[in-house]
Amino acid sequence: MGLLSYLKEIFTGKQETPEGPKAPGAPAAKPAATAAPEKVKVAEAAEAKPVQTPADVKVEQKPEEKIMEEKPVADKITIGHVHMSGCTGCLVSLADNYEGLFTLLDNYADLVYCLTLADVRDIPKMDVALVEGSVCINDPHSVEDIKKTRENATIVVALGACAAYGNITRFARGGQWNQPQHESYLPIGDLIDVDLYLPACPPSKESIRNVAVMAYLLLKGTDEQKELAAAYLKPLMDLAARGTEACGCDLIYDVINQGLCMGCGTCAAACPVRAIDIVYGKPQIDRDLCIKCGACYTQCPRSFFNFDVINQFEAISEAIDAAMGKGGE
Amino acid sequence: MVLGSYKTAICARAADQDILAKSQDGGIVTQLFAFALEEGIIDGAVVAGPGDEPFKPEPIVATTRAELLEARGTRYTICPNMSMIKEATRSYGLDKVGIVGTPCQIQALRKAQLYPVGMRSVPDKIALALGIFCMENFPYQGLEAMVEDLCNVKMESAVKMDIGKGKFSVYTERGAVSQIPLKLTHKFEQGGCHVCLDYVANLADVSTGSVGTPDGWSTVFVRTKVGEDVWGKAIEAGYFETKDIADVKPGLDLVTKLANEKISKNQKTIEERAAFKNLRNPYL
Ligand code: SF4
Ligand code: SF4
Ligand code: SF4
Repeated sequence: MGLLSYLKEIFTGKQETPEGPKAPGAPAAKPAATAAPEKVKVAEAAEAKPVQTPADVKVEQKPEEKIMEEKPVADKITIGHVHMSGCTGCLVSLADNYEGLFTLLDNYADLVYCLTLADVRDIPKMDVALVEGSVCINDPHSVEDIKKTRENATIVVALGACAAYGNITRFARGGQWNQPQHESYLPIGDLIDVDLYLPACPPSKESIRNVAVMAYLLLKGTDEQKELAAAYLKPLMDLAARGTEACGCDLIYDVINQGLCMGCGTCAAACPVRAIDIVYGKPQIDRDLCIKCGACYTQCPRSFFNFDVINQFEAISEAIDAAMGKGGE
Repeated sequence: MVLGSYKTAICARAADQDILAKSQDGGIVTQLFAFALEEGIIDGAVVAGPGDEPFKPEPIVATTRAELLEARGTRYTICPNMSMIKEATRSYGLDKVGIVGTPCQIQALRKAQLYPVGMRSVPDKIALALGIFCMENFPYQGLEAMVEDLCNVKMESAVKMDIGKGKFSVYTERGAVSQIPLKLTHKFEQGGCHVCLDYVANLADVSTGSVGTPDGWSTVFVRTKVGEDVWGKAIEAGYFETKDIADVKPGLDLVTKLANEKISKNQKTIEERAAFKNLRNPYL
């Protein structure tokens, strides 16, 4: 079953589902207003409606909309992987989806640029640019490339912590010499506007998969799918707006000092370098180990928790599984 | 809906006397995990195991029935179960993981499945998430102060703690019971609980707690397809005794009442926080 019809079935079939505490202030409203979607070329999308939809519109309209997945190839989005100064681990994480990667490329996205996997030299126009790595400003080519990426891509995603925060390109450990100067490596957000962050070192394959599916829905989906995708992507857009620095200390400043930490331990599980222990109910961070990847804060349920999306976890997980050709009932 | 969406609500207790013996109430979590382990529905489960101080739990990955039994009973302090979730899939190599948690931990779990940036190999391996009702929680030092200073019981000599009927009770090994009004415990609650909007683990596959059912029994909500499947099989296999929740007292009315109290109190806290320029609302 195609993703769209599957999603449609799920999200139009159950008008009575929304339940539980609804977050005040309707999160779905804003994301459409940020940089990304207004530059969307809707020409080839089936309906030329703007992405912007009022937040509290219920997902329930006309089941008979255009069935787009009948010609899936024409409706794919274009994705590029732009490799700045990173270790290729993020790309490996994407590729780690194995068959899932092929499903993505067969059904939802054309990989139009990727120095490692595709034979294209110049950065082309694309819907989504996944940028891995920070930018070495001593290298004019890199600076050119990141600017061109911004010009040519509708949505720029900082894929991984080096692109988002500098990460190991600025905070490598082990007493090695910094060559060239670590101060030269800037997170891409210090040079261009970034629409969306996918932090962590590397971001898990599953998170890349989820964002790819949601980006597809945002650009090619029906109105209600766009609304869901916008709500899903909003916190990641907020992260991009939050700044180009991350640290385990974010937990202290923005969660504990805010009186929000409840000691669940998620941050400790998320940390790739095991810099976090939960001691007497709160995270204790070994700052010497921290590589500033932002995974802990992003993963913390008290950094953001959007009920409107997460309350639908069952339906969304099933839809993603179905999109990737897995599971089923 | 303050109780979240659910397919069925039941009054139940474990049929296995071993499990029931030292469990807090109906032994639902231990029994359900034990069943799921036997049936191969899970390979192991993250539970609150014994720690190095009395009543201070540490999360463990239990892969045997014996380890599950070690983890019975409620300890009214935080056990960071989510900290072991990636350990379970990556270090223990489990493909089908069970986890039990407070509502906030189950929220963390679902967020980790939908936004798994730092959760490689976790999202697709969660096979059974059990939630326990939670009104508030105490940091270990807070609990220690309540037990030792207010109840005059050494942590080492306490055998069971309990919250119910407006009282916090500590049972000692010599059979004494020491009680204080719940009111006195509020100042020891952890601050993070005061913005919590979930009482009955709305996002779990199955959630359970003592409220609503008679002593020795538990209230159970079966919420998801996964939960329905496991619960159905366990009932069929005779692992639980059940009663119609409509027939027991005080029943779902009390659960609803307490859920409403918790949510409206904490919603108010969130609103009050909004008056201060720099206090975040995590739900926006
Ligand atoms: S993930 Fe957030 S709420 Fe949970 S222990 Fe860490 S800082 Fe506290
Ligand atoms: S503490 Fe760990 S997860 Fe958090 S930013 Fe540092 S390295 Fe990343
Ligand atoms: S009251 Fe809420 S935040 Fe506190 S431990 Fe219980 S579920 Fe977690």
